[in-house]
Amino acid sequence: MKARTRAAAILLTPFFLLFTAVMVLPIGYAVWLSLFTEKQSGLGFGGTETVFTGLDNYTVALGDRAFREGFGILLGYCLLYIPLLLAGALGLALLLDSALARARRFFQLALFLPHAVPGIIAALIWVYLYTPQLSPVVQAMEAGGVGFDFFSPEGTLPSVVNIALWEWLGYNMVIFYAALQAIDRSVLEAATVDGAGAWRIAFAVKIPLVKASLAMVGLFTIIGSLQLFTEPLILNKGTGSAVTSTWTPNMYAYTAAFDRNDYGLAAAASVLLALTAALLSFAVTRLTGRRKAGTAREASTARAAREADTARKEQTA
Amino acid sequence: MSKPRTPNVWLSKAAVNGALLLAVVYMLFPLVWLLTAATKDAGGLLAGNAFSFEGFDLGGNLSRLAAYNDGVYFHWYANSLLYAGLGALACSLVSVAAGYAFHVYDFRGKEKLFGVVLLGVLVPTTALALPMYLLASEVGIVNTYWAVLIPVLVNPFGVYLSRVFCAGYIPDEALEAARIDGAGELRVFWSIGLRMVMPGFVTVFLFQFTAVWNNFFLPLVMLSDQKLYPLSLGLYAWNSNAHAEPDFYPLVVTGSLLAVVPLVVAFVSLQRHWKAGLTAGSVK
Repeated sequence: MKARTRAAAILLTPFFLLFTAVMVLPIGYAVWLSLFTEKQSGLGFGGTETVFTGLDNYTVALGDRAFREGFGILLGYCLLYIPLLLAGALGLALLLDSALARARRFFQLALFLPHAVPGIIAALIWVYLYTPQLSPVVQAMEAGGVGFDFFSPEGTLPSVVNIALWEWLGYNMVIFYAALQAIDRSVLEAATVDGAGAWRIAFAVKIPLVKASLAMVGLFTIIGSLQLFTEPLILNKGTGSAVTSTWTPNMYAYTAAFDRNDYGLAAAASVLLALTAALLSFAVTRLTGRRKAGTAREASTARAAREADTARKEQTA
Repeated sequence: MSKPRTPNVWLSKAAVNGALLLAVVYMLFPLVWLLTAATKDAGGLLAGNAFSFEGFDLGGNLSRLAAYNDGVYFHWYANSLLYAGLGALACSLVSVAAGYAFHVYDFRGKEKLFGVVLLGVLVPTTALALPMYLLASEVGIVNTYWAVLIPVLVNPFGVYLSRVFCAGYIPDEALEAARIDGAGELRVFWSIGLRMVMPGFVTVFLFQFTAVWNNFFLPLVMLSDQKLYPLSLGLYAWNSNAHAEPDFYPLVVTGSLLAVVPLVVAFVSLQRHWKAGLTAGSVK
């Protein structure tokens, strides 16, 4: 038995060492840094010195309109993006899961493919497709009488949301489709025998049965959305878009650190962002009531393993 | 047990598949645009009519891409392969070792420790990039390969997936048999466990490879030497130049196309692996 404990320790050590170095330490260091400010010493000749300033950086960050507006923009982004993503991905998964769909493998692959495109390249492509003089899309929209300026102040949210949807719709569709496929077919047959139509089955049987997946995708999407950075950065750089350099909290932190060299402020902004993520994760897990006893998790882990196994067998067959 | 077919089944079928097809068009037309745009010279690119092959100059674009700045683009390509390949390989090994330990062994506080891993899944990593940069500069590894390689070795979700896969792929009897044959615990992991969970290993590798290949924020923060850039950062730098010098546009577009190719090939050829990964994630 002792040999086993030792083996467990040896196999777990690399991960937890790295985990500490890359996740735990930076969190602690960020909190520490956020309590200090670099001040010009004396008359400003003798360089700078680092002074403990308590929660000053937090007051500065929260007092800065640009930072608060960043959270406002994130809120607007989440309210627009998350419902569209969940409804779109679930809708597509239900279509693919219905008995009427053909060429399922092709549809899955084609819809998933944007996930293979780095966010930065996705943003570059879409910026071209938003530029009025270059874009066949804008030209087609204008010809159809629905001219839209993606770079205008009203266009910023839709243009970023569209890029994110393009990147993540198919990915999450595959997750929902996998969950739908895992539903016991006899349940669906029973509903059919009871006279339920396809719509009724989708809304009254299938969707309630994949609630756990919905909650999980929702949670990961919120955490991902809070970190919004790459896509608006590309829109910000020289496209004439109304996206500013402090458009999201992450961009604010980046600008604070590398344009203003104010690491304390940047750290405070990062900590506030991470805290928001923690609070929202807590709220979402509480609301959706996923976290039950350890035994429930064990059972679902075993079930997930079985599903993975069936998926594997189906694919190889 | 199917219902009697009504005449409008055909119509419903057309509606379902039509809607799916419409979604596919939305997903694929930016990629088609990338393909046609990469064949154009700067003039053709800025002249509009995006989906034509007007001003076809793919060969010219490729040779300019290879020649520019002593072939720095392919240097970035090699860097990306190094960061993503080596990083994902080591990360998968670390994750599978931990996942295997969580599945096979019982020890005090195991589920609590696993809870810590699950919490790690929820950490917003970009919020850590900045403090990580400052830590890295304390240690003196800012602007080196290590600054990008070390952080990508950690993927808590990979540990979660590995545990799930170990439960699915490794029957206890196989481990017992090896022990009875006198193999030590680490030996059992290395030659039985790891081998049996190989499909799961490939899945974790594939997702981590994609994540590192697509990684932008971390290298942006960590690297200032162009020679160390991965593709994402190099293309970003070129794109920033393109606003002043339109000659960069074909370089950015052609470079983007080539940067997408390895992942598209990987996802097309390893379909069962990413599906298995997303399945294991979905039924959590």
